[in-house]
Amino acid sequence: MTTWPILSVTTFLPLVGALIVYLSRGDDEAAKRNSRWIALWTTLITFAVSVILVMRFDPANPDFQFVEKANWLATGITYHMGVDGISLPLVILTTAVMPFCIIASWKAITSRVREYMMAFLILETLMVGTFSALDLVLFYLFFEGGLIPMFLIIGVWGGPRRVYASFKFFLYTLLGSVLMLLAIMALYWNGGTTDIPTLMHTAVPRSLQTWAWLAFFASFAVKMPMWPVHTWLPDAHVEAPTAGSVVLAAILLKMGGYGFLRFSLPMFPLASHDFAPLIFTLSAIAIIYTSLVALMQEDMKKLIAYSSVAHMGFVTMGIFAGTMQGVAGGMFQMISHGIVSGALFLCVGIVYDRLHTREIAAYGGLVNRMPLYAMTFMVFTMANVGLPGTSGFVGEFMTLLGTFKVSIPTAFFASFGVILSAAYALWLYRKVVFGALVKPSLASMKDLTFRECLTLFPMIALTILFGVWPKPVLDMSAASVQQLVNNYNSAVTAVKAAALLQ
Amino acid sequence: MSFSTAGYQLAPVLPELVLAVGAMALLMLGAYRGQETTRTVTSLAVVLLIVVGALVYMQPVGKQVTFGGSFIVDDFARFMKILALIGSAVTLILSTEFLSDPSRRIFEYSILVLLSTLGMMVLISAGDLISLYLGLELMSLALYVVAASNRDNAKSTEAGLKYFVLGALSSGMLLYGASLVYGFTGTVSFTGIAAAATVSNVGLVFGLVFLLVGLCFKVSAVPFHMWTPDVYEGAPTPVTAFFASAPKVAALAVFTRVTLTAFPGIVSQWQQILVFVSIASMALGSFAAIGQSNIKRLMAYSSIGHMGFALVGLASGTVEGAQGVLMYIVIYVAMTLGSFSIILAMKRNGQAVEQISDFAGLSRTNPLLAFMFAMLLFSLAGIPPLAGFFAKWYVFVAAIKANLFTLAVIGVLTSVVGAYYYLAIVKTMYFDEPAGQVDPVRIEVRTVLAVAGLFNILFALFAGPVVSVASAAAKSLF
Repeated sequence: MTTWPILSVTTFLPLVGALIVYLSRGDDEAAKRNSRWIALWTTLITFAVSVILVMRFDPANPDFQFVEKANWLATGITYHMGVDGISLPLVILTTAVMPFCIIASWKAITSRVREYMMAFLILETLMVGTFSALDLVLFYLFFEGGLIPMFLIIGVWGGPRRVYASFKFFLYTLLGSVLMLLAIMALYWNGGTTDIPTLMHTAVPRSLQTWAWLAFFASFAVKMPMWPVHTWLPDAHVEAPTAGSVVLAAILLKMGGYGFLRFSLPMFPLASHDFAPLIFTLSAIAIIYTSLVALMQEDMKKLIAYSSVAHMGFVTMGIFAGTMQGVAGGMFQMISHGIVSGALFLCVGIVYDRLHTREIAAYGGLVNRMPLYAMTFMVFTMANVGLPGTSGFVGEFMTLLGTFKVSIPTAFFASFGVILSAAYALWLYRKVVFGALVKPSLASMKDLTFRECLTLFPMIALTILFGVWPKPVLDMSAASVQQLVNNYNSAVTAVKAAALLQ
Repeated sequence: MSFSTAGYQLAPVLPELVLAVGAMALLMLGAYRGQETTRTVTSLAVVLLIVVGALVYMQPVGKQVTFGGSFIVDDFARFMKILALIGSAVTLILSTEFLSDPSRRIFEYSILVLLSTLGMMVLISAGDLISLYLGLELMSLALYVVAASNRDNAKSTEAGLKYFVLGALSSGMLLYGASLVYGFTGTVSFTGIAAAATVSNVGLVFGLVFLLVGLCFKVSAVPFHMWTPDVYEGAPTPVTAFFASAPKVAALAVFTRVTLTAFPGIVSQWQQILVFVSIASMALGSFAAIGQSNIKRLMAYSSIGHMGFALVGLASGTVEGAQGVLMYIVIYVAMTLGSFSIILAMKRNGQAVEQISDFAGLSRTNPLLAFMFAMLLFSLAGIPPLAGFFAKWYVFVAAIKANLFTLAVIGVLTSVVGAYYYLAIVKTMYFDEPAGQVDPVRIEVRTVLAVAGLFNILFALFAGPVVSVASAAAKSLF
């Protein structure tokens, strides 16, 4: 079908960009401007290439497309790439968010610009690679490799407690992942290969399923993050530079959900079924508890970080419901949250760039000086709440619907999250935007610049578009999700039937 | 010649002979021409090592045995020999500056490194306990002297003495173990021991334990690691680089050969020892390194930990395990030589600086150096896509296959602890304010760093061929 390795090009193009940035030497203003432009063009071209992916993608085919396979390590470990309806939306999300990150860093980053842009471009390669790898070792390579640039982004360009935050981020994630690595090895010996499509059709013994599921869970739960291993996230978000927070919220968190969809459900269906109550409990706790915590925050970024944990709770809940609505809803929620939370962090970054504080108490009455900003922030706040008509509603509603069929108590408790999210999001909005503008430091605040509009307006469009017309995203993933759900349910019913016969 | 027909061919030992004769010739050159030949002798020694490496490479594939079975040349031996030769040659190159100081013009240094390398090659090819001991002592005696080569420095002398005393003790233990093994099996050859040692008896296990103690000392595995930090810190930096690379290759090679070819019948006996030793090494290597402020001391603990990881592969006692050991040691040597070339490059106003705090802000004063070191450190921590990840993958994959789950879980958890102190150095280089300019880096150090660094970063691209070679080498042991 394709004559050129389009997926590898999408993956490694940013790496080439990083090399070009590296070659453009110098520390003066011209060099900084060059590296910004090179990074922007690289991310834009990468996005353009990924759009070709969408156009050539056949949504009716549930299997992997654009498959590339080459020898890599001997003995069953190959360079195998490909996307299906579950990974393609996340690939597009990644390539689409990256240009916004570069633009958002245009003025905010003034020191070591070259290294900064290189770190982001390398990170993009690793993120796209994570979503398109079809070999477990290759996947792990991309998945873990992302820690290095993110560690540096938080640590070098972060806030005052950046060292603590970067270490916590790195070690927490690594601790979860090394256990997954061992499970990958066990799967390798069980199936004789680390090829993901092959392993999806390889029977895994029940006991190995349990252990491997737990090991994968350790990694993805941290990455997601699920309660109670979410504590690294608020620190990392608060200390990271704006674009770092955007990448973290919009893309890195999705790796956890993607992992559940790609590995846990198809490879360990029985263990997933056994552990679904655990996931439901943790998700419900996450939704209610972290929403309550969010209510108490004094730092804007921290509040959004906690709300991310709550929203990810909906994703895990939907995925492990194992119903069509639940899984498709979880998938949609990931995309929607990627756009909305990314945009919210951009909104925080905009006022932070002007006032250099994220204290909620330092703001108030911004609507008087920044009407455009108030409008933009309003859209994303509403999407965060899950107001019908925004993309946030579709995901939350579908996951609740899917879960309701499986576990009514979980859906019941999770729906409190919708109310609580309205409480904290509206409270934040009122404190920051409404009220009288009394603080003298705010008197000279300028409204959105053209560059900032450029980053936010496309996101507004997408939020509302997907809110009223979620079909494009849902259609893209429908066939693959349907196949995943069918395989999962047939595996579970087969075991139940066998148990009945005995 | 009737000599050669009776299993005493000289062809398999040709590289060793060339090395021995070459070392003697260089010794004569130095002895007659005096200390001003130091530079010439060093260069010729490097050339000699390269020639010997080429000879080893050109030896026919497959197994050759000579001297009645006491000298074995197989794929495994050739693999390890080439690696040890590379380690020695690179450390000699890195020593150029150390030897250029007028007070330290000692041509014997290169000769000793050559002789030590000869010992390593004999050790790697050892087919019985006698040649094992012969090789081990030739290697070690030369190392003791090299450790003390900075004669006017108290620390260096202390390092040499400490190494000598503890090394002699461990040699004694090894000999005691060897004599017990001989006593209970009636033979010194590994194949003979393997044939005799099919069931364990107390005397044989005693001998085995003492033998392993001696070998653990050489690879500096816990609990026989005490000498390592002091020797690493005290010895001149190029010498430390040497200690951390080539001798480790040889010791690990003979460790692998002894356990897998001499005692395959009593795997369960030595497996539990190795499991304990590797867990202890990984744990101590990770935890004890956290408190270090001297980079060479930290590297010492790091190497203790890495030997623990390598032994994880050996503990599984399978062909995959042997392959894991081979992969680990290749990557370990590259990472170690790269790291030490950076430590050598760290100079301020002509003075070598060795404190971790001296690395502060290196990413701004010398970005390339900092980047290379950061990549090496991430690799040492085992983060993909760098080489160190593949090293860990192959040893742990073997452990999982051998059902050593506890060992594997503890192993990966200690690697997370280990990541902490490697990250701490990255943090010092990247997050902290600069501590002053560093001197320009010498060309030979830069070259070594570039090669080792690129090997480390790009390993994923050419991992396939390395894996197949290591796999073939590992199979030759079975």
